[in-house]
Amino acid sequence: MKTAKTATQNACKLCNPLGACLAFKGIEKCVPFLHGSQGCATYIRRYLISHFKEPVDIASSNFNEDTAVFGGSHNLKLGLQNITKQYKPEVIGIATTCLSETIGDDVDMILREYTENADPNQPIPLMIHASTPSYQGSHIDGFHAALRATVEKLAEGGPKQNLLNLFPNMVSPADLRYLKEILENFSLPSVILPDYSETLDGGPWGEYHRIPKGGTPLNTILKCGTAAASIEFTSILAEDKSPAGYLEEKFGVPHYRFCLPIGIGQSDKFFELLERLSEKPMPERYEDERRRLVDAYADGHKYVFGKKAIVYGEEDLVIALTVFLREIGITPVLCVSGGKSGFLKKRLAELVPDLDNLGIQVRDGADFVDIEEEAKKHKPDLLIGNSKGFTMSRKNRIPMIRVGFPIHDRFGGQRLHHIGYRGTQELFDRIVNTVIEHRQNSSPIGYTYM
Amino acid sequence: MDKIEILEGRKKQVFEKTKDTDAFDIKCETTSLSGSVSQRACVFCGSRVVLYPVADALHVVHGPIGCAAYTWDIRGAVSSGPELHRLSFSTDLQEMDVIYGGEKKLKASLGELIDQYKPKAAFIYSTCIIGLIGDDIDAVCKKISAEKGIPVLPVHSEGFKGTKKDGYKAACDALMKIVGTGSTEGIGKYSINILGEFNLAGEAWIIKDYYEQMGIEVVSTMTGDGRVDDIRRSHGASLNIVQCSGSMVRLAKMMEEKYGIPYLRVSYFGIEDMSKALYDVAAHFGDNPAILEAAKKVVSREVGELYPQLLEFRKALSGKKAAIYVGGAFKAFSLIKALASIDMDVVLAGSQTGNKDDYAGLKDMCDEGTIIVDDSNPVELSKFILEKEADLLIGGVKERPIAYKLGVGFCDHNHERKIPLAGFVGMLNFAKEVYQSVMSPVWQFAPRKGGGQL
Repeated sequence: MKTAKTATQNACKLCNPLGACLAFKGIEKCVPFLHGSQGCATYIRRYLISHFKEPVDIASSNFNEDTAVFGGSHNLKLGLQNITKQYKPEVIGIATTCLSETIGDDVDMILREYTENADPNQPIPLMIHASTPSYQGSHIDGFHAALRATVEKLAEGGPKQNLLNLFPNMVSPADLRYLKEILENFSLPSVILPDYSETLDGGPWGEYHRIPKGGTPLNTILKCGTAAASIEFTSILAEDKSPAGYLEEKFGVPHYRFCLPIGIGQSDKFFELLERLSEKPMPERYEDERRRLVDAYADGHKYVFGKKAIVYGEEDLVIALTVFLREIGITPVLCVSGGKSGFLKKRLAELVPDLDNLGIQVRDGADFVDIEEEAKKHKPDLLIGNSKGFTMSRKNRIPMIRVGFPIHDRFGGQRLHHIGYRGTQELFDRIVNTVIEHRQNSSPIGYTYM
Repeated sequence: MDKIEILEGRKKQVFEKTKDTDAFDIKCETTSLSGSVSQRACVFCGSRVVLYPVADALHVVHGPIGCAAYTWDIRGAVSSGPELHRLSFSTDLQEMDVIYGGEKKLKASLGELIDQYKPKAAFIYSTCIIGLIGDDIDAVCKKISAEKGIPVLPVHSEGFKGTKKDGYKAACDALMKIVGTGSTEGIGKYSINILGEFNLAGEAWIIKDYYEQMGIEVVSTMTGDGRVDDIRRSHGASLNIVQCSGSMVRLAKMMEEKYGIPYLRVSYFGIEDMSKALYDVAAHFGDNPAILEAAKKVVSREVGELYPQLLEFRKALSGKKAAIYVGGAFKAFSLIKALASIDMDVVLAGSQTGNKDDYAGLKDMCDEGTIIVDDSNPVELSKFILEKEADLLIGGVKERPIAYKLGVGFCDHNHERKIPLAGFVGMLNFAKEVYQSVMSPVWQFAPRKGGGQL
């Protein structure tokens, strides 16, 4: 059977605007707004809801045929008016779609006109515009683009102060809460952008909260330019697309780039930097977490050593997971992403010195049919990635460990930890348990001790 | 929090039934208001949901990746054989394709995919930008069809060219091109096509089984557990029965015009409508009294089994209040009747795509105080739910978190459901699901039940 290569089959990526909406959900009192067809907003809402199990209200400028012919100005302005009336946002995060980009709407100009002609007695929300055509890149690019647009719009300079900017990348609400806790325990005043830890994983409501509470406050984003340093958890994002890159270039805020801190080695580096920046030793509780993790590595090492895994997802996540897996003796036979920054192989080679010796394959711009073909060749013991690998997992009977986004076929994806000692612990436990469960289930003897 | 007002541009789409309102002029069948956070999708979505269950066809989404990614394996439409519909194919257009046109990529993609998967037909969905960059997908489809010897059908579903309903039309137009291309040899007189039934959780099989027990031949189901060859010969059936809110009435009308096949509109939700769906078909074949006899037998057996079990749920749910917000209004009719059979009151009846007749019908069916709404949004829905003190919301995935956040039970009556809600057995499942959600002890902790105001 000849395999089709031109089309994308079972994509291992989502479109640019989804990432932007997710990032905008992490800004306080912000409503994401998609400039395009109604379907874009609705599909993206549905997709995010299925993961986060929270209302995700995203407005749309609702293009019709006239809009496509005469331009989106009228619809965008009407939409801004309506969303302002109904949601009373302080910020509207506007992301474009393939439609509005293709007709060439000058969104910045429309927003200027809107502001100039607005009723002076009505509050005008701050409007952030990210260009996110779906025919470029994937969801992760939209995520970063929204954040870059946010700091470009908001950050102001000034005398440097004791403040740390943290751009955590597309991590879970649980990860975000953990990061906030860490920075608090280091007594480091910080701006974490975005912060959807509450907006997308909050409590019950007595009435409908048009904009759920939480998110990075506007007044702290304003201060980004005066921070002593920025940390960003990415190793593939180009400087000219990075919010931290912008802050360094514009305001001289030095920035430190890390791959997502998964595993002891990468987490150590993160904590060491926090010690340096805060001039405080690591709080005892994280020493404890680290000790327990080292101990767990010892207790579980035999279950995982020599196992083969396929790791898939956003490039930064794949890089971080690969580094972690090498730390516990698992060989990621294939590191694969639907994204295509051009840096995946290079960064992996830097972080995993024995990459080539181990014969670790690296692929970017791939889809799940590509991955499945490789899976048949490599016969991995484990798949590590988001829910969309389930079809492949089931068909080829390869156990899967769900991480990242989206998790549509399990409960509590928003509460999974991935990063730091705590996240690594949780991940390590889950990997070991997956191996044990598989062994127990496929054994003819009903072992009760494993 | 301040009082929630309905947006000026939306006021005519909301109606509350009162004692002295005779004038009923609800605005509907219009595009959604910009910035209203509509729960609707787009033209593409309409086409995709109708055609999706055709299991031995290739479904290729022509455009950037999003539209295909978000509709990959999205519905619970099951197949008894091939499962090609559960894969996601996209031309994944990149910037250069947008500039220079996507035809070449579409052609190459189709050629390769057809060689690899050997489908019986292929549906090519246009997404928003295809209409703008001017790809001639009709010409590409024609060329590939000639090369590969299978129907390759363009579906003109550019997202912005109308509403979801226009997507239904585009899907019906594509299907109509296959209808009539097969042999009708061997099809008997007492034969039907089941239209607008998508075999979610196997529902089409339940319905088909009832009809077969009545001695009726089911030529094709469109599109649940659908097969291209069945659709090709569907013009040999004597009657079309059409479910769902008009998504496939257009096809039935076209088949009536071209092949003289009459159609009946039916619904399979609730005892009343399910029974009627069987009796109406029996009445159509009135020259064969055995069919009516068989229908009576099916209904009396099924209802006899179902009813005592239903009574238990009815006792617990009596007087509870339900809010309905579904895609098509026709489903709301059935749901109101089904809820009545478990003695629940309806306080809100709304839909994404209803027309004037639908809403007038809903108004007539509902009690005073009921809200009728077209193309609503989360802010309005939550307002109505709280004001009317609903105990249950019936809707789809996007409505679910609204209910749960507010401490209200929820029943998924949309494409993702995994338990059949159609047929007599479906009514029992429905009652059980409603019971399990409404009566769950977890709501005691919700703020509205005194669990602490947040």
